[in-house]
Amino acid sequence: MRKPSLRAYRIASLFLLACLLFNYPVLALFNVGATAGGVPVLYVYLFAAWGVVIALAAVVIEGGS
Amino acid sequence: MAKRVLIAEDEPSILASLEFLMRRAGYETRNAADGEEALQLLPVFRPHLVLLDIMLPRRSGLDVCREIRADASLSGTRVLMLTAKGGNRDHERGLEAGADDYVTKPFSTQDLVARAQALLADPVLRLAPGAIPRQDP
Amino acid sequence: MLQGWIIVAASFAYIGLLFAIAWFADRRAARGQSVVSNAWVYSLSLAVYATAWTFYGSVGRAATDGVGFLPIYIGPTLTMLLGWFVLRKMVRIARLNRTTSLADFVASRYGKSALIGGLVTVIAVIGILPYISLQLKAVSTSFQILLGYPEVAMPPPAGSMVVMQDTAFYVALFMALFAIAFGTRQLDAAERHEGMVAAIAFESLVKLVAFLAVGIYVAYFMYDGLGDIFARASGRPDLEVLMAPLGGAAGSYANWVWLTVLSMFAIVFLPRQFQVAVIENTDERHLRRAAWLFPLYMLAINVFVLPIAFGGALHFPPGTVDADTFVLTLPMTQKAEGLALFVFIGGLSAATGMVIVETVALSTMICNDLVMPLLLRIRAFRLSEQRDLSSLLLDIRRAAIIALLMGGYFYYLLAGEAYALVSIGLISFAAAAQFAPAVIGGLYWRGGNRTGALAGLLAGFSVWIYTLLMPAFARSGWLGVEFVERGPFGVELLRPHQLFGLAGLDPITHAMIWSMIANVGAYVLGSVIRRQSAAEHAQATLFVDVYQQTGEPGSSWRGATSASALQTLVGRFLGPARAVELFTAYARLRGARSVDELEGDRDLVRFAELQLAGTIGAASARTMVATVAQEEPLGLEEVMTIIDEASQVIAYSHRLEEKQQELEEATRELKAANERLKELDRLKDDFISTVTHELRTPLTSIRAFSEILHDNPDLDPGERQRFLALVIRESERLTRLINQVLDLAKIESGLAEWRTAELDLREIVLEAIHATSAIFKSRGVTVEARLAPAVAPVMADRDRLMQVLLNLLSNAAKFCTPGTGRVEVRLEGHAGGVRVDVEDNGVGISRENQALIFEKFRQVGDTLTEKPAGTGLGLAICRRIVGHFGGRLWVESEPGRGSVFSFDLPAAAAAGGAGRLVANA
Repeated sequence: MRKPSLRAYRIASLFLLACLLFNYPVLALFNVGATAGGVPVLYVYLFAAWGVVIALAAVVIEGGS
Repeated sequence: MAKRVLIAEDEPSILASLEFLMRRAGYETRNAADGEEALQLLPVFRPHLVLLDIMLPRRSGLDVCREIRADASLSGTRVLMLTAKGGNRDHERGLEAGADDYVTKPFSTQDLVARAQALLADPVLRLAPGAIPRQDP
Repeated sequence: MLQGWIIVAASFAYIGLLFAIAWFADRRAARGQSVVSNAWVYSLSLAVYATAWTFYGSVGRAATDGVGFLPIYIGPTLTMLLGWFVLRKMVRIARLNRTTSLADFVASRYGKSALIGGLVTVIAVIGILPYISLQLKAVSTSFQILLGYPEVAMPPPAGSMVVMQDTAFYVALFMALFAIAFGTRQLDAAERHEGMVAAIAFESLVKLVAFLAVGIYVAYFMYDGLGDIFARASGRPDLEVLMAPLGGAAGSYANWVWLTVLSMFAIVFLPRQFQVAVIENTDERHLRRAAWLFPLYMLAINVFVLPIAFGGALHFPPGTVDADTFVLTLPMTQKAEGLALFVFIGGLSAATGMVIVETVALSTMICNDLVMPLLLRIRAFRLSEQRDLSSLLLDIRRAAIIALLMGGYFYYLLAGEAYALVSIGLISFAAAAQFAPAVIGGLYWRGGNRTGALAGLLAGFSVWIYTLLMPAFARSGWLGVEFVERGPFGVELLRPHQLFGLAGLDPITHAMIWSMIANVGAYVLGSVIRRQSAAEHAQATLFVDVYQQTGEPGSSWRGATSASALQTLVGRFLGPARAVELFTAYARLRGARSVDELEGDRDLVRFAELQLAGTIGAASARTMVATVAQEEPLGLEEVMTIIDEASQVIAYSHRLEEKQQELEEATRELKAANERLKELDRLKDDFISTVTHELRTPLTSIRAFSEILHDNPDLDPGERQRFLALVIRESERLTRLINQVLDLAKIESGLAEWRTAELDLREIVLEAIHATSAIFKSRGVTVEARLAPAVAPVMADRDRLMQVLLNLLSNAAKFCTPGTGRVEVRLEGHAGGVRVDVEDNGVGISRENQALIFEKFRQVGDTLTEKPAGTGLGLAICRRIVGHFGGRLWVESEPGRGSVFSFDLPAAAAAGGAGRLVANA
C-alpha cells in the first residue's frame, strides 16, 4: 500500500470540514430569524459555506495536478 | 639350556639388532616378521620370552599377546612389548592385552636387555607344560 | 397562445435535437474521436441526478420545509469530495471487470453470484419504480397545466381518467420509445453509450439554464430581487418560520443529517448514477473535475429554489396551486409564454434524461442479471445452442424498458397522488441506499462475503418495503390507512412509521435508521458467520486490492478449449461479425497471424469472458464460458484462500522461520567448521603420529646398532661392518624421509617454489631413464623407451618433473622380479597434452590398493619378503606435482601381471592457442 499523499490528507480534511459545516451544531448557529442584506442568514450561510467547500475542492482536488 | 626368545618385528634392521642383543645375552632366538608368523612359531618354539612389536603386519602385536594369554599351554611365556612413545597410549594397551613389560622405541639397548633378563629371571616363572625343565638360577 | 400541438411539436423537436447530439457523438466515438471523453461532459452527465424532482419538486419541498430540500444536494457534494477515493476505485474495478451495471458490480464482488445479481436487480427495479412514476407525474402534470394556458388550473388526480386518455400513459409510452432508441440500438462489449452520455450532458445544460431563467425571472422581474421576496415573506407567519426551519416545525437536525447521508449514497447507488459515474466513465482523472464542477452545478440549480417557493407562496392564495408547479405556473401568470414553454422543455429534459439513463441501466440489469441467468439455466430454451443471441439480448432489454415504464405508470396510478414529488423520490433513494453496505463493504472489507451481502440486502430491502413501500400503498387506499396509523393487526409497536416506538422522525429518516441497522447488521453478521468460498475470496481480493493490480485480473480458467469455440461463443452474444473483429484484433495483439493460430489458453478464455461480461454480465459470462472451458479446480484456490487469510500470521511466522533458518544455518556452518577443524586436527594427529612412527623406525635401528657397536668393541670386523652399513642405510632413510616430509609440507602449504618453464618432456624422460639405468642394471631389469619423436611442449618445473619420473622409474625397478623384470616407458602426444606411461611386469597392485598407494605413508609390498625401502610419500608427492601443472597421475594394474603408472600434462598455452586458431580458420 502506498503512503497516502498530502493531497489525500487534504481531501479527507476538506471532507471532514464539510461534514462539520453542514451539520448540527454549526447549522444551529445560523438557524435564526435574522437576515443579511434582506436574505435569511441560514440561507446565506448554507450557500456561502457550500460555495467555499466547492472552491476548496477545486483547488485541492484538481489544482496543481 | 639357553632360554628361548621369540622376536616378532617387521622392520629388518631393528630385528637384526634385537637378534644380536638376545644372542649376546645368551638366549636362543627365533624371528618372526609378522604376527601370523609369530603365532605359528609359538607352539613350536615355546619361547620363555617374546619380544613383541606392537605394530606388526597381518596380526598386530596386541592380537598375538592376547592369543598367548588365552593359551593355557603358554602360561609361562613372558611378553615384552615394543611400543611407540606417545603413540596412542600403546603401552597401556599392551599391558591391558597381557604384556609383562614394555620398552618404547627407540630403546636403550642396555635397558632392553636388562628388562628381558629380569623377566626371564623372575622366580615365579614357570615353564610351559611339556617344555624343557626350567633351570633354577 | 400555447396550443397543444405547439407544446408537442416543441417537445419532439427538443427530443429530436437530443437524438442528433447522440447520433453525432456515436459517430465520433466510432471514429475514435470521443466527444464524451472529457471532464466537462462527464461532470455534466452526472447532473442526470437533477431530475423533474429537482426541477419541480425542490420548490414544492422548499414551500413546506424551507431549506429542507438542500441535504439532497449537499450529500452528493460530500460524496464527490471522496470521489477520488471511492468512485475511482469503483471505476477502476468496473473497467477491469467490464462491469455492465450496479447489479453486475455487486454480483462480481461476491463471487460472480447470479443470486446476488438477481436480488440487486429486483431491489433496484422495485425501488426505482416510484422514481420513474415521479417523472411521469411531473411531465404529464406540467403538460396539462401548460395546456390550460393562460388559465392556471391543477390537473385532475391520477387514476381518475381512462388510461387511453391519460397523458401520463402516453408520456410513459413515448419515454419508453426514447429510451429504447437511445440505449438499445447496439450491443457492445463495453456497455458504454457515448451518444446517450452526450445527450444527457446537453440536457443537463438545458434544464439548468431553464431553471436559472425562471429563477431570475421570478426574483428580478416579478419581484425586486431576493431581498424583496424575503422581506415580503417575513410578513407572512407561515413563511417566516421557513427562514429558520431547523429544529422547529418541519425538520429536525436528525432528518437533515439522514437526508444528507441518504443522498450521499444515492449519488452513487442509484442505477442511473452508477451508470454515468462508473460505467460510462472514460477516464479516472475526470473525477477530479467532477469533484467540484458537479457540486457547483447543484449549487447553481438550487440558488433560486427558495425565492421561487416564496414567490409562489406569496403570489397564489394558499391551497390553490400545488407548490410543485410554481416553476411553471409563475411565468404563466405573467403571460410569459416563451419562458413557460422553455420551463416545460427544461422539466421534460430533466425527466427524459433520468428515464432514459435509468431504464437503460435497469434494463441492462434485468437482461444480464435476471433474465439471462434464468434463460441459460432453463434447458428448454436451449439458449446455449443458439447461434446468434445478440438480437435476443436487445429484445430482452427493449421489453424490459417498456415493462419498467409501464410499472412506473402503474405505481403512478396507485400511489402517485398521495405524495409530493420529493417524497416519492426519497422512497427510491432509500431503496438505492440499501446497496451501500454491500458495495462499500465490498470495496474495503475483504471479509465481506456472499452470505453477508445476501442477508444485508434482504434485511434492508424488507425493512424498506415495510416502512416505506407498504405505507405508500396504504395511503393510496390499497392496504387501508389503519395499517400506517395503528400498525398491522392493531399492534402499535409495529407501526411502519414508528417501528418499535421510534417516533418523532419523518418517515424517510425513520426508514433509513431501521433499514441501515438491519442491512449493516445482517451484512456483517452473515459475513462473519459463514466462510467465504474460494471464488468469492478471489473476487474480494480483486476488488479490495484493485489498486495493487496491474493489467487484467488473474484468470481462474484452465486453457482447455479452442480459440474457435470461444469465438463462436462470443459471436452468439455479440454477433459473429463483431466476434471475428474482436478475436482478430486480439490475435494481432498477441502476435498471431490469424485466430486459428491462437491457443485456447487461460488468457484467451479470460479475454472471451471479459467480452461476454461486457454484454451479459459477469455471472452469466462465467456460466457461458464454463460451457466451453473448464474452470480451475478449486483446490488450489482453496489453499490460496487459507494462505491469504492467514497471510499476516504467516508473514509473521515466516519472519520467525527465516530467523530460525538463519540460526540453523549458522549453527550448521559452525558445526561443519568444527567438524572440519576436528577432522584437520585428527589428520594432523594422524600425520604426526605416522611421521613419528616412520621416523622412529630408522632412529630405533640407528640407536640400537650405535649402542651395540659402542658396547661391544670386541665384535668381529665382518659383523661390525654389517652393522655400520645398516646404520648408514637407516640414516640415509631418515634423511630422505625428513626431506620428503618437508617437501610435501611445502607443496601442501603452497610455499613450494615452482620454476615453471616450457619443457620438452621427451628430453626429460630420456634423462630420467639415463639416471636410473644403474638401478635397473643392478636389479637385472631391462628398460625400454618408446617415445614419440616430437611432442608438444608442456609448462612445468623441470626438477619436479624429473622427481616424478625418477620416482616412477625406481618404483618400477623395485617391484620387478630381478632377471625377468622388464620396464617400458612410453611418451606420446594427444589432443591438448602429452602422456607418459611407465609399465612394469612386476607383482602388480590389487584393486583396493590402487587408490591407497597415492595416500601418504601407504606402502604396498609383500611384507613376507621384504619391506619396501620407500618412505611412503613418493607417490603422494608425485601426484601433487602433476596436479600442480594441471595434469593427472594414475595407475592401472593387475596383480601378478604388472602395473602401468601414467601421467598426463596439458600442452603449453601457446601451442593450444595455435591449435585453436587453426581450428577456427
